Amino acid sequence: MAAHIDDLVDFDVALEKYDPVLGFEVHVELSTKTKMFSSAPNVFGDTPNTNVTPVCLGLPGVLPVVNKTAVEYAILIGLALNCKIAERCGFARKNYFYPDTPKNFQTSQYDDPIAYDGWLDIELEDGEVFRVEIERAHMEEDAGKLTHMGGATGRIQGADYSLVDYNRSGVPLVEIVTRTIEGAGKRAPELAKAYVAAIREIVKNLGVSDAKMERGNVRCDANVSLMLKGADKFGTRTETKNVNSLRAVEHAVRFEIERHAAVLNSGAPIVQETRHWHEDTRTTTSGRPKSDADDYRYFPEPDLVPVVTTAEWVEELRSRLPEPPADRRKRLKADWGYSDAEFRDVVNAGVTEAIEETIAAGTTAAVARKWWMGEIARLAKNADVEILDLGVEPATIVELNSLISSKKINDKIARQVLEFVVAGEGTPTEIVAARSLAVVNDDSALGAAIDAAMEAMPDVVAKVKGGKLQAIGALMGPVMKATRGQADAGRVRELVLQKLGIEG
Amino acid sequence: MTDIIHLSATELAAKLRAGELTSVAAVQAHLDRIAAVDGGERGVHAFLHVNTEEALAVAAEVDAIRAAGGEAAEALHPFAGVPIAIKDLIVTKGQPTTAASKMLEGWMSPYDATVITKIRAAKLPMLGKTNLDEFAMGSSTEHSAYGPTRNPWDLDRIPGGSGGGSAAAVAAFEAPLALGTDTGGSIRQPGAVTGTVGVKPTYGGVSRYGAIAMASSLDQIGPVTRTVLDSAYLHELIGGHDPADSTSLNEPVPALVAAAEQGASGDMTGVRVGVIKELQGEGYEAGVQARFDESLEALRAAGAEIVEVSCPNFKYALGAYYLIMPSEVSSNLAKFDGVRFGTRVLPTEGPLTIERVMGSTRAAGFGDEVKRRIILGTYALSAGYYDAYYGSAQKVRTLIQRDFDAAFELADVLISPTSPTVAFELGSKTDDPLAMYLNDVATIPANMAGIPGITVPGGLSEGLPVGIQFLAPVREDARLYRAGAALEKLLEDTWGGRLIDQAPELSAATTEEVR
Repeated sequence: MAAHIDDLVDFDVALEKYDPVLGFEVHVELSTKTKMFSSAPNVFGDTPNTNVTPVCLGLPGVLPVVNKTAVEYAILIGLALNCKIAERCGFARKNYFYPDTPKNFQTSQYDDPIAYDGWLDIELEDGEVFRVEIERAHMEEDAGKLTHMGGATGRIQGADYSLVDYNRSGVPLVEIVTRTIEGAGKRAPELAKAYVAAIREIVKNLGVSDAKMERGNVRCDANVSLMLKGADKFGTRTETKNVNSLRAVEHAVRFEIERHAAVLNSGAPIVQETRHWHEDTRTTTSGRPKSDADDYRYFPEPDLVPVVTTAEWVEELRSRLPEPPADRRKRLKADWGYSDAEFRDVVNAGVTEAIEETIAAGTTAAVARKWWMGEIARLAKNADVEILDLGVEPATIVELNSLISSKKINDKIARQVLEFVVAGEGTPTEIVAARSLAVVNDDSALGAAIDAAMEAMPDVVAKVKGGKLQAIGALMGPVMKATRGQADAGRVRELVLQKLGIEG
Repeated sequence: MTDIIHLSATELAAKLRAGELTSVAAVQAHLDRIAAVDGGERGVHAFLHVNTEEALAVAAEVDAIRAAGGEAAEALHPFAGVPIAIKDLIVTKGQPTTAASKMLEGWMSPYDATVITKIRAAKLPMLGKTNLDEFAMGSSTEHSAYGPTRNPWDLDRIPGGSGGGSAAAVAAFEAPLALGTDTGGSIRQPGAVTGTVGVKPTYGGVSRYGAIAMASSLDQIGPVTRTVLDSAYLHELIGGHDPADSTSLNEPVPALVAAAEQGASGDMTGVRVGVIKELQGEGYEAGVQARFDESLEALRAAGAEIVEVSCPNFKYALGAYYLIMPSEVSSNLAKFDGVRFGTRVLPTEGPLTIERVMGSTRAAGFGDEVKRRIILGTYALSAGYYDAYYGSAQKVRTLIQRDFDAAFELADVLISPTSPTVAFELGSKTDDPLAMYLNDVATIPANMAGIPGITVPGGLSEGLPVGIQFLAPVREDARLYRAGAALEKLLEDTWGGRLIDQAPELSAATTEEVR
């Protein structure tokens, strides 16, 4: 089913007339060893319906037990978002029938979230800082995963049947809910992306989530409404569900602003509803109507007792908080002396930690960047994998660098050695020995190659003799070829000059 | 060996330990009794499943350990080898668990309830699964999808409910021990009308893990036996903290057997017994009231100080119970949808959407009483009604707790008739749900407050048993056993033996009339 393309108003035109108001619900899957309320393993990607216990299948007679680590992770997230932590909070049942929810209710926090009243400063690309207020962060359990079979689109409409995998059923989630965000104006899509990126970075930095959006570890529901400039009342909002990449978050917010403007300009009301995001067409389509009167018949979960957080516990967790990512970035950029662009590239490539470790292992910041953003990035791109997935160790970079500075190998050989390291042939030193890649600086071997080159290129020799020393470069090719690239270029130059009786 | 089945569990256990009897013989005697009286058109029908093979195998294992002697024999639980029946609301590996519902027909649990794990560890042979009102919803066992259980005292009468199967099995000497569950009286009211002993422990005293939930904040598993001492042993065996049940108390089981043994002297000197003003008089049958008054006299004569206490908010208890319980039912029973386990019924016409499959499964799988409560609870939790119904009911719950707190300032234990009437005739109240609900008026307050309660036989009214209920503060289950054992001893002295031995002889299941 192709998505219906609504009429749109050009983004800039829309923003001349309307102010966008945003709100986000970001679900973070926690990387605990076991699930929120059962001892089943919390592992992504295993054979369907293997990481299950009677509890996460909702079999008759089972009871939930709260995972203490999940509570700690939720508190850590709350603290990192500058929230207050509830001294006592509980769970409720959200009742609705759906086959991915084995009990036909979701156990979630309702009117007493574990963390509330926080904020997060979001730095946009040009350095402008935008404060987003956090209403709450609460704990809940994930649903199983439905796969709709037989339809053309993979959606439930038109499917012949659906398969359900309960491995994800009961995986701990923290849902982070913002207050309404006003005043972003034209920067709303950019802010949306930056906000989700910041949440992702924080939970990753805290070590509480794998934070892989493509795996659904971080999922964003984006609420958008428009109000006429100068109006004092919010417009009707739509909620675009499960937007699962940073770029998509930006595009979805932009699209909804353009669509809302078109609807409002036509005089029609915005329908309060959920919207589905389509990455292929970069559009949203209507989901189900949603109103505040959705009746989930919440009531306190009678199978659980309240979670009590003592001040000592919270303070102990606070002491475990790592340096906030934004602070850390500022510090590293200054320490390393990178330009804004260089640093942004490093961050975007996800190699900040790798560079930090490489520097700690004994290289300069410049050398570390040269390798990680140069040859290693190139190999990763060729192999179509993430840079870190190549498995290059910081120690390898240090070793390569010291082989170069001690003139055992040159830059070009070093790059080849790296490839062999990635291929699993051993350490750089082992590879250099095993493949006889050490630089040839044996003068007699070099001398023969140089003599042959000079004999073959009398015109070059004449130029050098005539004072054009840079012409020596032309001799380098044949010499390198004769030595299979292993010649020490500096030594070759010295020998040529020596043979021609020129002072270097 | 017809005597075997008439032994109390404690007596039977002593004979097993002394080597006077084998567990295989004990189990076989009960299996023979079940075969004789449980089946057929006018059988007791206490059992939904008889677990012959496994029960005999466990018995043989116990006999072998005892025969071999040594440390393994020494380490056996005192009740090892004593057979037990299990209410079919409690999940068991290797035996079907139906909750007496079509919804779970043929379902085999892949896991054991915590109490079953304990029973297996103690090596009590499980005789089988007993009948109940569907999903424990009822007071007569007539709401079982597999047919009613009959009261061994009069086969035309109900055995109480929801745990009528467990009570009738014990009363009919088909089992010396049984497990029940009590949400609003489902252990105590059947105990009362069958002349047996039943205990609802303090909420959290026994793990609920593996008891199919009816109303989570009210449910509790407890013992069903013929003597108070037997209940004490069984309660100690199944009680204690369970990490799989967040609501289970994290403390050791109280010394219940010692309390029952203390009570068996019949001495009640210094014990303050509070008579709950609101749980007698109007609505209580004259015969029930007479036996209750005699019990009070017996206790007074044994040294108890009888005081009157008032619990003015009890008049709201039944109404509040019928909001909280169905609310939790509506959510707890949502999982029965035909998707993952149990019965699945496809719609006979129209498209096969998931909503329609769930709908037709629930329409066909649940009985009327279950549907009634699901609908009531769904309504009570709905937006706009929640505060008026569920919210108000929770406030009543607090008021009832305060009533009990005040009453326990004046008394060590409270006393009332367990049920306002003796067993009524089968079919007489099935069309009148409100009349049925009134059976639990005296038992419900304990569930609402989480406190423990016991019923002990209090004599007969027109040939049918009357139950006397004691209640104690939270965690003070031992007081129930002290008072219960004392009353048991005092009354048996007047009867010249156990009340249950006055029950009419049941003949073979083929017999048309009870002689």
